[in-house]
Amino acid sequence: MSRSVGWLLLAALAAGPPLALAAGQPFYVDILTRLVCLAAAATSLNLILGHGGMISFGHAAYIGIGAYAVGIPAYYEIHDGWLHLLLAVACSALFALATGAVALRTRGVYFIMITMAFAQMVFFAVVSIEEYGGDDGLVIDIRSEFPLVDLEDGLTLYYVCFAVLLGTLYVVHRLVRSRFGMVVEGARGNERRMASLGFAFYRHRLAAYTLAGALCGLSGAMLGNFTNFISPEMMDWTRSGELIFMVVLGGTSALFGPLMGAAAFLLLEELLSGWTIYWQLPFGLLLILVVLFARGGLAGLLEGRRG
Amino acid sequence: MDTGLVAAQLLNGLQLGVLLFLLASGLTLIFGIMDFVNLAHGSLYMVGAYFCAELADATDSFLLAVALALPATALVGAAVELLVVRRLYRRDHLDHVLATFGLILCFDALVQMIWGPEGMAIRLPAWADGRQILPGGLVFPTYRLLIIGAGLAVAAGLYVLVTKTRLGMRIRAGASNPAMAGALGIDIGLVFTLVFALGAVMAGLAGMMIAPITEASIGMGNEIVITAFVVVIVGGIGSIRGAFVAALLIGLIDTMGRSFLDMGLKLSMSAQAAETSAPALSAMLIYILMASVLAFRPQGLFPPKTR
Repeated sequence: MSRSVGWLLLAALAAGPPLALAAGQPFYVDILTRLVCLAAAATSLNLILGHGGMISFGHAAYIGIGAYAVGIPAYYEIHDGWLHLLLAVACSALFALATGAVALRTRGVYFIMITMAFAQMVFFAVVSIEEYGGDDGLVIDIRSEFPLVDLEDGLTLYYVCFAVLLGTLYVVHRLVRSRFGMVVEGARGNERRMASLGFAFYRHRLAAYTLAGALCGLSGAMLGNFTNFISPEMMDWTRSGELIFMVVLGGTSALFGPLMGAAAFLLLEELLSGWTIYWQLPFGLLLILVVLFARGGLAGLLEGRRG
Repeated sequence: MDTGLVAAQLLNGLQLGVLLFLLASGLTLIFGIMDFVNLAHGSLYMVGAYFCAELADATDSFLLAVALALPATALVGAAVELLVVRRLYRRDHLDHVLATFGLILCFDALVQMIWGPEGMAIRLPAWADGRQILPGGLVFPTYRLLIIGAGLAVAAGLYVLVTKTRLGMRIRAGASNPAMAGALGIDIGLVFTLVFALGAVMAGLAGMMIAPITEASIGMGNEIVITAFVVVIVGGIGSIRGAFVAALLIGLIDTMGRSFLDMGLKLSMSAQAAETSAPALSAMLIYILMASVLAFRPQGLFPPKTR
């Protein structure tokens, strides 16, 4: 059930923007672009959070790294898109590899806190580098330049972001089904059993953690291109919290869970903020209620499972 | 190097450390005893500051406002525990993080509804608003000295409460083995509520003490609560003594790093390189400390003996 809803959602996302433009509502294309980028980020987070049981509370750092991998070259008037993407993926992967190697030695709440600490490091490092705008952020005048496609066109940009989402979903789907994914998932269930079965799952976890970072860096690069403006605020710890919220809201066990979660999150944010300036109140209450009563998230509800 | 400046920064570091201790002591108790991750602890810090500002306006007396705001903050803490937190003790840390993240959103919105988006200043009474000349000729604001004194007094009081009183005995019993303490006739639910309220009072007190300097503002707790978590992890979860040492250590490292790191770096690199890298590095110092502690001594510097 949740899978067919997921496919429906993807179909709607594929067809939505041209319809919105035809209806004279370009504003919706903007919302959908943001949705698609955040859904890709949430899907990458779910690879480690849902399947691997690694509760990373610093995933927004990779969005920031990806965005700055576009912003900083653009600041030096280097607009080659492939270079941007390469930088985004490589820097995110390197950061994930280095920090993951340390963080994955810890468990439970220590892991939550250490991933957050590493994200805070990036946050404060960027805040204090005056050259790239510090706290005030950086404007990207010209988006990444690719042969044949022009990201300055909103619709083209949207479909590139959509392709990134599809790619992320595909990679996560394939990985979870693979032997590698089984090891990571098995280690979530019972570390000792996996160890006694002879799996050195630390390496598998580190690989998954690195890959999730790299994928998220990619979505960060797209988000940076979309907003034309990047700032440390993109990787504030509350952003990491929002990403976790999307994943849990949608459901951690299903492939399309994070996509549904991101869609529901942004839809709610749009609706509630249009309705009242105190939209955070119903939003926060809903979050608490979801945690208390709707475990398994939207995907779980669709499957008929309850807390 | 100017010794007067160093001494002044040492005192500033001490003041930050004392505030961090007030936040972290409650956090570490809640963490250690209930195994609960309370991200919303910073919201209680904010609530305390707003209560105090409102009451100082109404009563024209800062001290009276603090005296009235403390029990009010305790009530808010107890209400949060009874309504939300209590239902989550049996859940995993991910649920704690999410639900308390929701609480933060609620608190921020509620404060904005009641007191508006602008911050609220608190005017200090004349007796606290001057400067003192310390032995050695150092001039330092009276109020900051009062914060240090009050914070140390609270730390001493907390020590007596936990080690010498019947309530403290129950708290320690609850910390080392809640099931056994319950079997021996201690109302463990009541102890948990009291501990949460006690933590709220100390967080609120920290907010009240800082508000005359920075003013009470929305989200004021969201940054410092993360630093308080760093204190808890570095000190060892559940250890008040550890929280005390770690809070002072981190207060001093953070303050001294921000003031003097560029001088230190200039010894080993060019002045320009030092000036650009020092702010970034000094902002990262405490997170580097936390990551190293977690990597080499995951139980913290002073883990509690029991358990």
